Amino acid sequence: MKKDIILAGVGGQGILSIAAVIGHAAIKENLYIKQAEVHGMSQRGGDVQSHLRLSSEPIASDLIARGRADIIISLEPMEALRYLPFLAPDGWIVTNTTPFVNIPNYPDSEALLSELKSRKNVILLDVDAAAKAAGNPRGSNIALLGACSGILGIEADKLEAGISDIFSRKGASVVEANLAAFRAGAAAAKA
Amino acid sequence: MKRKELLLGDEAIAMGAINAGIVGVYAYPGTPSTEITEFIQNSPQAKANGVFCKWCANEKTAMETALGVSYVGRRSIVCMKHVGMNVAADAFINGAMAGPNGGLVVVVADDPSMHSSQGEQDTRFYAKFAFCPTLEPANQQEAYDMMEYGFRLSEEYRIPVLLRVTTRMAHSRAVVEFEDKIEPRKPLSYPEPSNTWILLPVNARQAYPILLDKYARLEKLSEQTDNNSLYPGPDNSMGIIASGIAYNYLRENVGNNCRYPILKITQYPLPKDRIRSLASKCRKILVLEEGQPFIEEQVAGILPSGCEVTGRLTGALPRVGELNPDCVRAALGLEPLKVNAPSQNVVPRPPAFCQGCGHRDLFNALNEAMERWDNHRVFSDVGCYTLGYLPPFKSICSCVDMGSAITLAKGAADAGYYPAIGVIGDSTFAHSGITGLLDVANCNADVVIIISDNEATGMTGGQEAAGTGKIEQICTAVGIDPAHVRVVVPLPKNMELIRQMIDEEIAYHGPSVIISRRECMQTAKRHAAARRAAENKQ
Repeated sequence: MKKDIILAGVGGQGILSIAAVIGHAAIKENLYIKQAEVHGMSQRGGDVQSHLRLSSEPIASDLIARGRADIIISLEPMEALRYLPFLAPDGWIVTNTTPFVNIPNYPDSEALLSELKSRKNVILLDVDAAAKAAGNPRGSNIALLGACSGILGIEADKLEAGISDIFSRKGASVVEANLAAFRAGAAAAKA
Repeated sequence: MKRKELLLGDEAIAMGAINAGIVGVYAYPGTPSTEITEFIQNSPQAKANGVFCKWCANEKTAMETALGVSYVGRRSIVCMKHVGMNVAADAFINGAMAGPNGGLVVVVADDPSMHSSQGEQDTRFYAKFAFCPTLEPANQQEAYDMMEYGFRLSEEYRIPVLLRVTTRMAHSRAVVEFEDKIEPRKPLSYPEPSNTWILLPVNARQAYPILLDKYARLEKLSEQTDNNSLYPGPDNSMGIIASGIAYNYLRENVGNNCRYPILKITQYPLPKDRIRSLASKCRKILVLEEGQPFIEEQVAGILPSGCEVTGRLTGALPRVGELNPDCVRAALGLEPLKVNAPSQNVVPRPPAFCQGCGHRDLFNALNEAMERWDNHRVFSDVGCYTLGYLPPFKSICSCVDMGSAITLAKGAADAGYYPAIGVIGDSTFAHSGITGLLDVANCNADVVIIISDNEATGMTGGQEAAGTGKIEQICTAVGIDPAHVRVVVPLPKNMELIRQMIDEEIAYHGPSVIISRRECMQTAKRHAAARRAAENKQ
């Protein structure tokens, strides 16, 4: 098993929580993990990305090579496209469709969506709406994790256990809200 | 029993330090090193063991305090980002001359590609300059293991040990295995002979040859240690020297069975004999190292002329910026991977001030005040407020080094420039601005210093700032007239008030300080959440 994943978004959207859940579940599966994160200056509303690598064999590099990522998981449509050079020829893009507009020259969102739709393997989803409908408007990131649960190579119940563990210190209601967001994302991706 | 944790490189270092029985961690926040100290601050083991972990005012005070711990025979670590070493260098270099008693490991995180920094400086040069050994782990487990090793090395050779990491090592997670077992603290002891820490010329002239002798013995150790290991390969057309994170990019491309022999460097000074031995069998040498061409430059001097050495200096690898699997692949002469073209729809998304940040309001008012001055310049400094350079503000003209807003403004004023304004944050002011303000006061310099006080070290995540609650007292204590130490709250409703205050202080031909104070939005949010949680518990 080998999955090289680029997690993308804007500082503050919560990509590191997605990484934490996947990482937690992967350890339970006895997989090797490397995860390079971005901290510091670029977090201030700038683009952020994390390279998450899972494998049943030891992993050498902390960064994914260009052309090798199996999945781009993005909380923002333009940020999904930023990492196209990393995507493997048969790789997947799973992205939120709601733009995060904090720059004056943000591109036309229709153009972004049509470029995304032109890709071979793509799951496009308004995870903000899915999370809201599930009663957890702050759970877009976990809804997005739910949306890619079919292609991660880790079973959904293992990811749910990861959510329970990671959010347990915030209380049972937070765990339940995130599980609801996760399931809503998974259901919406299948629909 | 061993346990497994998914840890950042920084966290692995912290865990290793805790288990090595440190008395304290001494540090000033700086990306990518901040998480080492934060991990210790949040560690129940460190708390139970009474590990000191409060932030220091700057890297120099941190280094000196750790030297004090070492003097009495106990272990501690000092942590900083690469540019922090410029501030701590006096203590580091002369601490090496004095010769530590208790183990002293200095952890420095370099930031090639300047993700959050003003330069790419490579701290390995400092260790060589100070005749200290460097350890450079390639993965998180090595980072953990090297803490105990580093302390032993420091104690055996009575030398500060540099542990150098780079951004991708500091901020990358992997599983680390370790045992929850803390080295007991040693009883207090003192340097012998007792004059070694009194670096009067008469003593220093004795200390220097001793230091050089230690370095010669450390060179021998580098030849023997398993930290520098040779992996043979059948193809002698090229030999590879790889260190730190670059070794990982090499393995990513060649796997476990590389055609070429590889010398992995994890401990410096460089093992010259091993390098000569590798080169004697190979037609050329490729050097893969993160940061500046530190090994490459030395290898050229170690090997006989005519031996071909390639790397960052020859264009085999980029001269600037961090390495990655792709550029290492190209340097190895492997076929490039098929890569998608970049999207034409993507535009840059630079970092920006948080919504509601007090720096925004300050710069809005400052821009209005400066409008009537032709060709105006506002000197500034290192911190979140450096984003005041970016549109729509475009307020500042400098960000050079910590504290320099004050002294650059003074220099400009000395040279005849008016109105000389310096904008500095509260944490940066406490770090390195106070002495500059003392100069300003002593010279009655015609400057306006604005301290944008958000009561936190914002850019690195809102850590406590050393000057919080004391800024006015510090300013008046160094000699600024209390009538010209003024405080204002940066809020949209106070725009006119702030602009007026700036005008008035510009009109005053002496030193003035305007303190623009409102808590950082990020820490305010956290504090509010903590208050809500405490209320819910009641």
